[in-house]
Amino acid sequence: MTMTIPQHIIIILVVTASTMLTRFLPFILFPADKPTPEYVRYLGKVLPPAVLGMLVVYCLKDVNISTGSHGIPELIAIIVVVLLHLWKRQTLLSIIAGTLVYMLQVQFLF
Amino acid sequence: MEKENKKIKKAFKAAFPKTIPILTGFIFLGMAYGIYMNAFGFNFLYPMFMSLIIFGGSTQFVTVGLLMGTFDPVNAFVLTLMINARHLFYGISMLEKYRVPGIKRFFLIFGMCDETFSVNYAANIPEDIDKGWFMFFVTLLNYIYWALGSTLGGIFGGLVEFNTKGLEFVMTAMFVVIFTEQWLKEDNHSSFIIGLLVSVVCLVIFGSGNFIIPTMVLILLTLTLLRTILMKAGELK
Repeated sequence: MTMTIPQHIIIILVVTASTMLTRFLPFILFPADKPTPEYVRYLGKVLPPAVLGMLVVYCLKDVNISTGSHGIPELIAIIVVVLLHLWKRQTLLSIIAGTLVYMLQVQFLF
Repeated sequence: MEKENKKIKKAFKAAFPKTIPILTGFIFLGMAYGIYMNAFGFNFLYPMFMSLIIFGGSTQFVTVGLLMGTFDPVNAFVLTLMINARHLFYGISMLEKYRVPGIKRFFLIFGMCDETFSVNYAANIPEDIDKGWFMFFVTLLNYIYWALGSTLGGIFGGLVEFNTKGLEFVMTAMFVVIFTEQWLKEDNHSSFIIGLLVSVVCLVIFGSGNFIIPTMVLILLTLTLLRTILMKAGELK
């Protein structure tokens, strides 16, 4: 390790400040005791579904379709999760089944 | 006082089951992170304190690299800002829901990671349960799981031998379930489709390391341009 411990601490504190800035900024800009602008309220309502879509893609960002297992285990596990959830609508069941299907595939098939 | 205690207990009982998938995921990922730092020669205090004050998975993994390079706080600041820009969207989405009194509000915002945001956003909290305490416990439990996992990983590091290959998929599965559940709940699906489509297109164009910022800009642009149409379609109730 080339850096000294105080330098480590500074880096960790800078990273913390930067992370917290992204979490607190919307709440600082639009405080609870003042009316939120119409446009921001509109965004607050339409953003979440788009963000959930972005999160799903974010989880899969390192899947490489052209090499390795070609993303097949991920695709199959996601299909299992969605179908099972449409059928039973039991959150935990869908998550556990999907994870097991994925683990079995990467451990024994691919 | 007695009544207040009952209210808190009830909220805890409702919140805990919602965090079970995250318990699995965070203990596993947290341990992976602790082991990772341990492998590079860092004392367990590093992953422990970093989890306690930063509380952000991808950020903390990236910070390990920053700690081993040359001392460059400005670069660390900008890089972290880019990785975490998506929190801005979570914040805008939670402006209304996180209107709870006092110190609880501060902690809810502090602990707003991907997983906590999705659970608190999507939770169907029953009428008789205090929303503030419910969301507080979801946030607190997730925070504890993550800190615990990374500390254990940092302490036991190389000792652990396990065949948990693929267990990290529990997080993906959870996001897919929340996505599906919200899709079923809402009548208008345009925003879901915009989110998926824009992310995939940007991922293909910009690659996995750089696609989040363009994705966010494009989502914002699309939703702004479609404002009149979406509002007419009854997206806004």
